[in-house]
Formats: sequence, structure tokens, C-alpha cells
Amino acid sequence: MELKTLTYLVVGATFALYIFIALRSRASSVKAFYVADGGVHPVANGMATAADWMSAASFISMAGLIAFMGYGGSVFLMGWTGGFVILAMFLAPYLRKYGKFTVPAFIGDRFYSSTARTVAVVCLIICSVTYVIGQMKGVGVAFSRFLEVDYSTGLYVGMGIVFIYAVLGGMKGITYTQIAQYCVLITAYTIPAIFISLNLTGNPFPQLGLGSTLAGSDTYLLEKLDLIVTDLGFREYSTDVRISGLNMFMYTLSLMIGTAGLPHVIIRFFTVPKVHDARTSAGWALVFIAILYTTAPAVAGMARLNFVQTLEPEPGQHLVYEERPQWFKNWEKTGLLAFEDKNGDGRIQYTSDPAVNEMVKVDNDIMVLANPEIAQLPNWVIALVAAGGLAAALSTAAGLLLTIASAISHDLLKGIIAPGISDRQELMAGRLAMMAAIAGAGYLGPTPPDFPAGTVALAFGLAASSIFPALMMGIFSQRVNKEGAIAGMVAGISVTLLYVFQHKGVMFVASTAFLGDMPPNWFLGIEPNAFGAVGAMVNFTVAFAVSAVTARPPERIRELVEHVRIPAGAGMAEDH
Amino acid sequence: MSDLSDTRARAYWKRNLALMFKLLLIWFVVSFGCGILLVDFLNQFHLGGYPLGFWFAQQGSIYVFVVLIFYYARRMDALDREFDVHEDRD
Repeated sequence: MELKTLTYLVVGATFALYIFIALRSRASSVKAFYVADGGVHPVANGMATAADWMSAASFISMAGLIAFMGYGGSVFLMGWTGGFVILAMFLAPYLRKYGKFTVPAFIGDRFYSSTARTVAVVCLIICSVTYVIGQMKGVGVAFSRFLEVDYSTGLYVGMGIVFIYAVLGGMKGITYTQIAQYCVLITAYTIPAIFISLNLTGNPFPQLGLGSTLAGSDTYLLEKLDLIVTDLGFREYSTDVRISGLNMFMYTLSLMIGTAGLPHVIIRFFTVPKVHDARTSAGWALVFIAILYTTAPAVAGMARLNFVQTLEPEPGQHLVYEERPQWFKNWEKTGLLAFEDKNGDGRIQYTSDPAVNEMVKVDNDIMVLANPEIAQLPNWVIALVAAGGLAAALSTAAGLLLTIASAISHDLLKGIIAPGISDRQELMAGRLAMMAAIAGAGYLGPTPPDFPAGTVALAFGLAASSIFPALMMGIFSQRVNKEGAIAGMVAGISVTLLYVFQHKGVMFVASTAFLGDMPPNWFLGIEPNAFGAVGAMVNFTVAFAVSAVTARPPERIRELVEHVRIPAGAGMAEDH
Repeated sequence: MSDLSDTRARAYWKRNLALMFKLLLIWFVVSFGCGILLVDFLNQFHLGGYPLGFWFAQQGSIYVFVVLIFYYARRMDALDREFDVHEDRD
């Protein structure tokens, strides 16, 4: 069957499944809308968390980034998994014990201040909105490449699907669709990886294949890869450090604590029945995430090898441009792959020297999507990859949208502006806030051209430098008071924002990059994406310093903290 | 919490912190230690075709993270029971 028809069928079938699930799990109470009635099995929640967490960035971009960064790409692998250890030990069980619907609700209670709650809501909304825009962009790209529809049409279809199941089902609908989406995305990711690993090394496990010898030879795959990339003038794959050891350290740390502080991940742990379940559920989430994250480096290495060997099958024997494979032509059409015959010999020279290199554009993002085509896998595998990319983007977008909607309807409206509204009114407000959030994300999605790459850095930096330290201090210190927490959050965010904006421009408009004459990565050679860890340290320092010179928190806060630390007596997640 | 004295509560929390500290040390050693700080040294050893430091950075640390979380959950269950602060008590 033709690829386009097949893709329509596979993507259409998955969408029908999501809508079917949505219709069967409508939310009829605030509790169902915010925390799926608090009755989700820990393994099921782990699977939903994995889909919630793994976005278009994990599915589409990460392996491509690693393919071209080599060892330096390890920051994503360790950073985006190690955060779950922090989450499981330091945050999830205690926040679940406290049993509120949202993250700002805990911050507001622990720091006995609706100002603290409002600051937390602002941080949460900025970091979730920037993140959701990237997902919408991912949906648009996947649609426009595989279904050959207009970018904005793709965006509207994606928004429509999220609209149906997120507005109707709230957290309950989102949970069960995320479980389905995990199954789709993990199948779509692993099947091509298994085939490619078999082709190259004869080993069906990609995790082992990357460390094996190439089929029919005694040379290890990584050895060969190091050899051919250094021949082309690139740095050795397995030792290519990202800027410096210190930068990699800070980058990894920022991603880890950003992960632990992202509200859309934290609220997933409010849906399990018990504190014990919150602990194991984080483990299950990481198991399901690790399946993709240990496959990704193999996909990366093998894709790089396949790519280079297609362009230059034997050393010095360059591919004739007219004989280029079909996938090359397909991706040229999207502008993500571009060739320019600089020396006019009709052959493709690919090297690290910009004066000679004729592959003038190789976008990271095409590696995962083009991989099945490069490896000449059947069309149904390619169709499946399209559905997988969409599942990854939609599941994360839905989780983020719910976080935004609940912060507005529960924290701002019910918590601060109009405490008197009934549950029915709050549920209606939640649905309206969700609609507004979807419309807002759809509006911002296509507009700023260079938004997503920069905004992901900002989302992690913000979560790491504002929400994470506030939650940690709320649980582990009885001394940090409201003045300290508020000053800390504001200081942490401001420092991180300033550093990112100084490099990338205010709200990523490059021309406004103030102090533009400063050397890149001027603070100890740390790049802006890795700055969240520094922001977090600023937050902790300011919070402790301010708390030390202001009044102790009231006695009831000490009791609250004692109560949170002990599992016994945890009810279902509830309101007040 | 009426059935749990302040000293017992403090002892429980101290044991929890000690366990967290131990596991966090392992978390740090496998990722930041073996994966970044000691990577050059470890790369002289090999695990199949993987240089060892590279393996820790792209595979090993992730497997250890999974084990750490389940180990923590199991040990905390035991601790909850020992101090009689687990859920579903009658």
C-alpha cells in the first residue's frame, strides 16, 4: 500500500482509539478532573507518567541530537532520567501525603501565604506554556511531513483531538489516553531500532547492539563509528565532550532538578491511592522511560553510521548526487536536508570543513523520522513512527494543559479570587480554562519561528530554579519562612531568565540580546540551557539568608511538615 | 500522629534521611562520577565494544537509577512497618 494511505490509516486508528477512551472516561467531579479520582494503579500511573514526560523532544529530537553530539549527548540521557530518583525520594511521597490537587496549593499552605501561591502559579504557567508551544510545533511538523497537509491544518487537527479528551475527561481522560499513547510511542520507537540493530550487528537488542561487533566482521560498531567520523574531520564520537566537563555537569544537574520540579510530572503522583504507591509508581515510570532512553543512544550511533556510510560507502568514494536514495529526496523537499555542489563534480562531499562540506543542512530532527527509510524498512514501520511522534507530542501537551487549567481554576479562582464557588462551578471553570489554554497554545504555536528550541531550555531552567527549591525547602526545612521562599523563587527565576535572555534575546527575539558583546557562555563557560542549576543555587541561598533574618514560621507549620513526612493517615487527594 | 511520639517521629525521619543520603551518593557516583568526572579514566576499560565511561553515561547510570528507586520503595516499606507509620493500619 502507498505510504501516505498507510499513514492516514495508522494515525487515524490511533486517534479513534484516543477519542473512544475519552468518551468512556468522562470526568463528572472536580476530583476526577484534577486527580482522576485518586484511584490509578501505580503501574498504570507509571506508564501514563512515562508518556506525560516523554515529549516530542524525547521521541523526535533526542536521538538526532546525540547522533551529532556523540558522548556530549549523554547529558540528556542522564539528566532526563536521573531526575526521577530525586522525585521518588524527595518530593513525590510527601506531596502525595499532603493530598492537595495542585503544586501551588502545597507551596501556598506550607509558606502560609497566598502571595507565595500566586508566585508559584506564575512560575508554573510560564514554564508550562513555553513547554506546550514546543509540543504544538511537533504536532504541526509531524503532520506536514507525513500526511502532507499544511502545517497549520496539522496543528488544528492536533488541537482538536487534545480538546476532545482533555476538556471532557480532565485528568481521568488524560490518564487513560496517555497509557494508550505510551504503547503506541514505545512500539513505534523500538521496532525500527530492533530492525536496524539486527541489520548492522545481528543483535536484536539495540542496547547490546551498540556495544557489539558489526555483522560479518571483528570490528566493534563504536570503534568503526569513531574511525569514520574522525576521518571526516569530526571529533571522536565516544569522547566528544560538550564544551567542558563542568558544563556537562551543570547541564545534567539542571535537567535532573528541572525534571523533578516540572509540575505536570508531579501532579501525576497525586492520582495514586497511597504514599507507598507514589514511591513505586516513580520506579515504574522510570522503567517505561528507560526502555526508550536506553534505546535512544543505539538509534543515535547507528543512524550516524548509516548516514555517513550512505554518503561515502568506501573512503574517498563519494555518493553521486543523481543516485541519491529516495529518503534523501523526500527530506530535501522539507528543507531540513540540503546539498550544494561546491566543487561541481556531481558527488556529495560530507566533511567537518565548512569550506568543502557540501551537506549544507542536516537537521538533527530528521534522524529518528528518516531512520526507517534510511534502513529501508517497510512502509508500515514509517507510518507507525509518524503515529508515535504524534502520540509523544499529544500526551505531553495534554498533561501540560491540565496543569495550566488547574492552576487557573483551582489556585487562582477557587483558592484566591472566589473561594465561595461550588464544585460544579469550579469544574466548569476548569473546562473553560482548559479551552483557553488550548486556544492560546494553538495561537502561539505557529507564530514565533525559533521559539521551541529556546523555550525548552527556559521551561527546565524555570522549573529547576523556582519550583524545585521551594518544594524541597518546604519538606526538608522547618525554618524557611514565607519571606525566604518568595524571595528565593523570585531571585532564582530572575537570574535564570536574565542569563537566558542575555544570550538569546528577550523572549528569544535575537536582536534584543543585550550585552551582546560579552563572550558566549561567559559565566564559567556554562551555556544558557545548563543555567537552571545555578538559578537553583541562587534560590536556596537567598531563601536561607532571608529566612535567617526574619521571623520563624508559626507553630502550625512545624506540625504540617511533621505530618507530611509520615505516610500514616494519608487520605485520597482532596481539596481543603 | 497522636500514637507517634516526637522522639519516634524524629528517629523515623533520621533513618529515612540516612537511607536517602546513601542512595543519593550512589546516584551521584554512577552519573556525575562515572559518567562525567571519571569518564576518561574509565574509558580505558571496555564492556564489549563500549568504553566503560561512555557506557555509564549512556546506559549504566539509567539502569542503576531504576534499581535505586525500587530499592528505596522497598526499604521504606520496611521502615514504615517498623515504626508502625504505614498506611492501612487498623
